[in-house]
Amino acid sequence: MKTDTPSTSPLQHDRLVRGLGWASALLGVPQVVAPVGFARALGVDDTFRHRSATTAVGVRELAAATGLLGRPRPAWLWGRVGGDLMDLTMLARALKNHDGRGLGRTVAATAAVTAITATDVYAAVTRTHRSTPMELTAATTVTAPPDEVYALWSDLERLPDFMAHLDEVRVTGARTSHWRANAPFGKAVEWDAETTQDVPGRLIAWRSVDGADIDNSGEVRFVPAPGGRGTEIRVTLRYDLPGGALGKAAARYFGEEPHQQLDDDLRRFKQIAETGEVVRSEGAPGGKRARGEFPQHPARPLTENELKEALA
Amino acid sequence: MKANCWTGRNSVEVQDVPDPSILNSRDAIVKITSTAICGSDLHLLDGYVPTMEKGDIMGHEFMGEIVEVGPGISDGTLRVGDRVVVPFPIACGACASCRAQLYSCCENTNPNAGISEKLFGHPTSGIYGYSHLTGGFAGGQAEYARVAFADVNALKIESDLSDEQVLFLSDILPTGYMGADMCDIQEGDVVAVWGAGPVGQFAMDSARVLGAEKVIAIDKETYRLDMAAAQGYTTVNFEDVDVRSALLELTGGRGPDKCIDAVGLEATHGASHVHLYDRAKQAVRSETDRPHVLRQAIVSCRSGGTVSVIGVYGGLIDKFPAGAWMNRSLTLRTGQCHVQRYMQPLLGLIEQGTIDPTRIITHRLPLTEAPTGYDLFKNKKDHCEKVVLTP
Repeated sequence: MKTDTPSTSPLQHDRLVRGLGWASALLGVPQVVAPVGFARALGVDDTFRHRSATTAVGVRELAAATGLLGRPRPAWLWGRVGGDLMDLTMLARALKNHDGRGLGRTVAATAAVTAITATDVYAAVTRTHRSTPMELTAATTVTAPPDEVYALWSDLERLPDFMAHLDEVRVTGARTSHWRANAPFGKAVEWDAETTQDVPGRLIAWRSVDGADIDNSGEVRFVPAPGGRGTEIRVTLRYDLPGGALGKAAARYFGEEPHQQLDDDLRRFKQIAETGEVVRSEGAPGGKRARGEFPQHPARPLTENELKEALA
Repeated sequence: MKANCWTGRNSVEVQDVPDPSILNSRDAIVKITSTAICGSDLHLLDGYVPTMEKGDIMGHEFMGEIVEVGPGISDGTLRVGDRVVVPFPIACGACASCRAQLYSCCENTNPNAGISEKLFGHPTSGIYGYSHLTGGFAGGQAEYARVAFADVNALKIESDLSDEQVLFLSDILPTGYMGADMCDIQEGDVVAVWGAGPVGQFAMDSARVLGAEKVIAIDKETYRLDMAAAQGYTTVNFEDVDVRSALLELTGGRGPDKCIDAVGLEATHGASHVHLYDRAKQAVRSETDRPHVLRQAIVSCRSGGTVSVIGVYGGLIDKFPAGAWMNRSLTLRTGQCHVQRYMQPLLGLIEQGTIDPTRIITHRLPLTEAPTGYDLFKNKKDHCEKVVLTP
């Protein structure tokens, strides 16, 4: 059970992004409508291959235009960068095999595309760095009454035992704590948090205070499960993920998909609540690092050094 | 220590590996005295179960003597020197599934639950030596093994029964028994069992113990059918006759009241074109399992009867006869065996002499000859039914 709610895009009213969207549209329309004339204007000869390449590029530009003007996301900007690199490759090939007629126009087109590429890279990089607010939810059921489960969770310094991305939580006051976490690509992030709500047996909520590396907040609710089955635990985390959509995509590529991570965190919380510890196997000896261990250690006993590392 | 390791599709090798160590506080280390090769090990050998890694230790049927216990094992439960049989599914004993005696669905013992959840919708328990999908636990075809949550899993053997009499409590005897138990056998019931391998034989014995009037064994290996016939069961060789017609004839046209699939995903089919169809689909991964037995059991079972599935399936099947199943009010029951639920009562039946698990053992080999054992068992050479290995 999980949801992912990206906020409405701040790129909607970004002038550079809209400009690039219109540029895509202005380029795409003639490419699709009159590929022959367009190819001639570039100084490349009118062969079937050049014509179909021009049409294909036009379709791509129109797609980018629709994306950037309709629902702008940094991914579309990166799409444009990819397209630019494709165009440069094709133009380079055209230059290499050029018959001489209209060479000047081809050179000019190449220069123009190079300038556009620079603009696109600038736009993609700067717009991507805007963070994307994200909300994650997950739930599990533990066979223990809400009071006990609440007590376990409210011991904040134990959170790193089961939350994979947390390295340390230090309680600094009655309602304050200092958190240190590992972010994708080995970066460490730290923040101070304050407990905003604390209802014994029912609810704990917190948020980072000003100056956090990543603004974040969260809450966990403890609800009696029907039929005397213990406690339903519902966690909501909200945070501004650095790198926005691209950061998210990259993190997913490196196996740090946030939903999965929260699900796995809750699974380990359940293991601790029900059995007292995080379960380890020879294949996943690192306990909470299981997901980061792929491909896993073979399912055979560990050497002394491996064991030391795994239990560290 | 020496251990039998998976080294790639169709290849196992006895290798030198480190001795096991305690990883969790309720672990115990067992010095293995007997271990066995299971039919489901062949699915791993043949490469049908994803997430195997080179060097994984095989084996989930083992027993031995406790040589070390973790600090979390409370006094009076398990001690060094205890002789124990280890059930193949690892149970935590505390989650909702374990409390409901659904031990193989334990919610806590699979560190790779995220993967099994993607494949199965919900996670399943850890299993020894059975791929990383079931947790990446080292198996028991070795000199020593680590047993997780030993206090709620290991069954102490305090009588002087031999290893061979109790070893199969780890898996195949309870698995066969659960197959019959799920049939809810009534007076006069005819029970048909597909597969006369070790699990099928125990399903037949269990059906008889639970009161079946007649037990029918279906297979193509005559030596396996002979083994069933020697116990007084009726046999059907699917290479000689059409199974459904034969079953109708044996049951006065009603069809068997209860059908047990003790074959699973690598079934063969009497009609070669049907077999080739599923084999081809399996090869291109458009279905992962060959469900001939499941289809045949559903179509053969009498209306209102029960089809009980203990043969292993891993993924997707094709042409499931949903019409026969639905329109004829069949009940389909299944599960990886909840071994811990059956161990104690079955130990009682062995002590009484009601069930003799040793009757299926055809080969006894040293652990170092495990690869030979796999070859004998897989290729049904030398009338192989069950291989027991001793380290």
